[in-house]
Amino acid sequence: MPSVGTLAFDEFGRPVIILKGQDSKKRLFGIEAHKSHILAGKAVADTLKTSLGPRGMDKCMVSPDGDITITNDGATILSMMHVENEIGKLLVQLSKSQDDEIGDGTTGVVVLAGALLEHAEALLDKGIHPIRIADGYELAAKIALEHLDKIAEAYPLDLAKLDPLVNTAMTTLGSKIVNRCQRQMAEIAVNAIMNVADMERRDVNFELIKVQGKVGGRLEDTLLVKGVVVDKTFSHPQMPKEVRNAKIAILTCPFEPPKPKTKHKLDITNVEDYKKLREYEKEKFTEMIKSIKDSGANLVICQWGFDDEANHLLLSHDLPAVRWVGGPEIELIAIATGGRIVPRFQELTAEKLGHAGHIRELDFGTTSDHMLCIEECKKSNTCTIFVRGGNKMIVEEAKRALHDALCVVRNLVRDNRIVYGGGASEISCAIEVAKEANKIATIEQYAIRAFADALESVPLALAENSGYSPIKTVSDIKAQQIGQNSSRLGVDCLNKGTCDMKEQSVIETLIGKRQQISLATQLVRMILKIDDIRLPGESEE
Amino acid sequence: MRGDLTTALNPIPLYKQGGGEEKGEMARLSAFAGALAVGDLIKSTLGPKGMDKILQCNMSGGPDAGKLLVTNDGATILSKIGVDNPVAKVLVDISKVQDDEIGDGTTSVVVLASELLRETENLISQKIHPQIIISGWRKATQEAVRSLETVTKNNSLNVEQFKNDLMNIARTTLSSKILQGKKDYFAKLCVDAVLKLHGKTDLQSIQIIKRLGNNMSDSYLEEGFLLEKRIGINMPKRIENARILIANTPMDTDKIKIFGSRVRVDSVAKVAELELAEKEKMKDKVDKILKHGCNVFINRQLIYDYPDQLFAEKGVMAIEHADFEGVERLAQVLGGEIISTFDTPDKARLGKCKLIEEIMIGEDKVIKFSGVGQGEACTIVLRGATQQILDEAERSIHDVLCVLSQTVKEPRICYGGGAAEMLMANAVSQLAEKTPGKESIAIESFSRALRQLPTIIADNAGYDSSELISNLRAAHASNKSTFDMENGTIADMAQLGILESFHLKKQVVISAAEAAEMVLRIDNIIRAPPRPRQRDMRNH
Repeated sequence: MPSVGTLAFDEFGRPVIILKGQDSKKRLFGIEAHKSHILAGKAVADTLKTSLGPRGMDKCMVSPDGDITITNDGATILSMMHVENEIGKLLVQLSKSQDDEIGDGTTGVVVLAGALLEHAEALLDKGIHPIRIADGYELAAKIALEHLDKIAEAYPLDLAKLDPLVNTAMTTLGSKIVNRCQRQMAEIAVNAIMNVADMERRDVNFELIKVQGKVGGRLEDTLLVKGVVVDKTFSHPQMPKEVRNAKIAILTCPFEPPKPKTKHKLDITNVEDYKKLREYEKEKFTEMIKSIKDSGANLVICQWGFDDEANHLLLSHDLPAVRWVGGPEIELIAIATGGRIVPRFQELTAEKLGHAGHIRELDFGTTSDHMLCIEECKKSNTCTIFVRGGNKMIVEEAKRALHDALCVVRNLVRDNRIVYGGGASEISCAIEVAKEANKIATIEQYAIRAFADALESVPLALAENSGYSPIKTVSDIKAQQIGQNSSRLGVDCLNKGTCDMKEQSVIETLIGKRQQISLATQLVRMILKIDDIRLPGESEE
Repeated sequence: MRGDLTTALNPIPLYKQGGGEEKGEMARLSAFAGALAVGDLIKSTLGPKGMDKILQCNMSGGPDAGKLLVTNDGATILSKIGVDNPVAKVLVDISKVQDDEIGDGTTSVVVLASELLRETENLISQKIHPQIIISGWRKATQEAVRSLETVTKNNSLNVEQFKNDLMNIARTTLSSKILQGKKDYFAKLCVDAVLKLHGKTDLQSIQIIKRLGNNMSDSYLEEGFLLEKRIGINMPKRIENARILIANTPMDTDKIKIFGSRVRVDSVAKVAELELAEKEKMKDKVDKILKHGCNVFINRQLIYDYPDQLFAEKGVMAIEHADFEGVERLAQVLGGEIISTFDTPDKARLGKCKLIEEIMIGEDKVIKFSGVGQGEACTIVLRGATQQILDEAERSIHDVLCVLSQTVKEPRICYGGGAAEMLMANAVSQLAEKTPGKESIAIESFSRALRQLPTIIADNAGYDSSELISNLRAAHASNKSTFDMENGTIADMAQLGILESFHLKKQVVISAAEAAEMVLRIDNIIRAPPRPRQRDMRNH
């Protein structure tokens, strides 16, 4: 009875208690533990499988509070599934780390891991030791990665010609609901990245790209603002709604009389004191306004609120002002406009002002919502992608899709080597790995062959989701790849009439693919090495 | 062997207790069930002869606990019913967005989306892949919008004609609401109000005042502006050629705002002195205000007795506690500035109006500002027999105002009464004939769904819909016509003057298709376990 745990018996047949509460604890070990892990892993992968590829389906997630998320992004699905199984949780983390590192291919990595586990099960049934399987997978992954490097092509990265980049972004967006305006979204993503990319360091600072959503309008209304969009409005309804050639004072001090940080008491004991204080207070306000006026600013952005009086004083001195702007936003504004964040009125000088060519207020629909749009900034690195859409779920999903597209373009900027998508690179790797397998003398041979089979699971799932007969499609492509000795042939998901992924310009980044294979292999190795699992019993909860 | 058995009998739990997933067909089934239920629920309110719904708010808690609501506004109904089905929530969401964006067509958008999904049920059972249906729908949506665009008219250059169009649109929108009895009257009222905005879509400056009592036809548009406030005691109740200072300043006790200050005295005499000083400060303030040369003073905050009295002495009308929106609207109407400091009287811009007086509406006194200059704001006074009628009237007026203001922005118009839908349906079904492949079936289904809208309208009016719709379809091949709701016949909408905003119709089709597509793409519903505290709430 291995599942309950080992019980030692003494000569009278009484059980010897070795571990505390051992009869109530659940324990799985040996081959059974492996089987249970594999089952759980497969279950998670199966859920995600239908979301793979441009014809993949969406999942509808109901959160604990009853809110709805509809998405097709692997990492999002998994993180919101609230998986309880331990192995399931490992897969969730796998997809998350792919998301953090690469940003795309989060579904593919889980599907691959699931397939590897599935094939491991067959090997276990043959009686091969899990460690040997794990070692075989490791070896196979190495072969696959080397092969990937071989078939990878350097991609022309030309600032004048962004078309190739747009194509890559379009591949990523193809599987999302936003594919209705795929081209536009892809262009937005590429332009955003190119706007902030540091070509010398070959890096992209994501902090400079903000993705903001607002429900309403259509997806087609999504636009890229080369500047900052803040969900705030001018503090006084009668301030001008549009400022040109703005010189911006960015303040983190409130428009209020100063507050010493130390605790103090100010006692008013007679009428003179009272009057003096009154004068002092008035003076302070005028002083503040004066210091801003003197610095030459014509727009004030403040992290804190203003007093009514200050508000009016600002208005009467033609100083449009924005209050309660949050910390990260104020930083963004500062970076975009080249201004310095000023913590005290005394320190405000002309050099510390930010500059922006055009600031205007945007109105939406009938709900009298306003947003502030700061454009034509002096150091126009920062940009904001402003997403519109028919409803909240679409906006959220579009934001996620854009994030993926941004990540892919960034990866290309970092490393411009690419492989072809649509399952082409997986099939090519599978052929190579299977070929190499025959050269291995030890039992690992079987594991390596299994790895090759598992690699094919991605094109299989793609074909299945696209409504083709999966086995036939994949075997056709495989035969063609070997026949033409070309690694560019993949599954023609959109029925365009050609299997050549270069012609369809279905492109994925090399680092993304590499990361998928190595992460999935690592995780499967780890799972295979677990042979014992202990759970606290029900009674202990 | 024993071990295998235990594994088989103990399925590995993947989700936490209470969570779970519905897959493939099951998920689709529950998705469609939810969407159809919502669609059927709201279907009967569509069209000029649509019925109303009574909604009773939850008795426990909330600001409107136990309140009764009678409405036929789709967005209002859906927002109050509190659905649990995830897909139903998607539909509720689109109706809300439609409300925010356009203000009307909230019922149509939900009905169209649910009809689209109803069609899908058939297609799925014919083993057509959802993705193929979606790509068919996208083509159909494009074609529908394109065909709609070809029949739109733009009369915005001709002012008279445009005003006439606006009247017609307002009348069309009103005809499905409670105000239909007086629709000419209210249409004029709304058009006048919207034209005052000069193309802005911000409806904040149109104030709606509801007062119980009297007849609905006693409602009117106040040319000037009404403020629901009282004039202070002992002050003039009527001022001609008023110069108005609009302020936002504390007039109760003008506190010293320096942090940590407090009064500490050692004798009663000093308290008295300080009190005097405070009074003096207030008097200073009042004097400064008076220096502006105003004879009316309106403050957003409270005015205490002492300054009130000071104003009364000088014969200045002081109005306290005008809420924020009121003050902003006033500033807009009167062309004044909202002022908080009073040291520079020459710079401050005062508001002006010819006459301020206190008038009675029903039993309440309000202050009326008449003879205002170019004011953009205005007030609509609604009267009605019960609170429910008033509330519903307000919602209707709001819908009309929204539609009108959007029409002013995007002046293209098209025909209502199901004509536009029929036109789109015909164009789409022509496209289906031309399209090869399975997509054609999906496109055909789209046109069937579009045709459902006039069918439902006819059904709601109690006519023989199948007869009417087929007649209509036949008639549509030659000219733009649809049925007359009064007589149950087919008529020319251009003659009847039933117009709708193109923007509205377009948005209905696009958002409905978008939502239906989103629902269709779902093949898996994953439920997280509900938060335990929710269960506790229910036990209370």
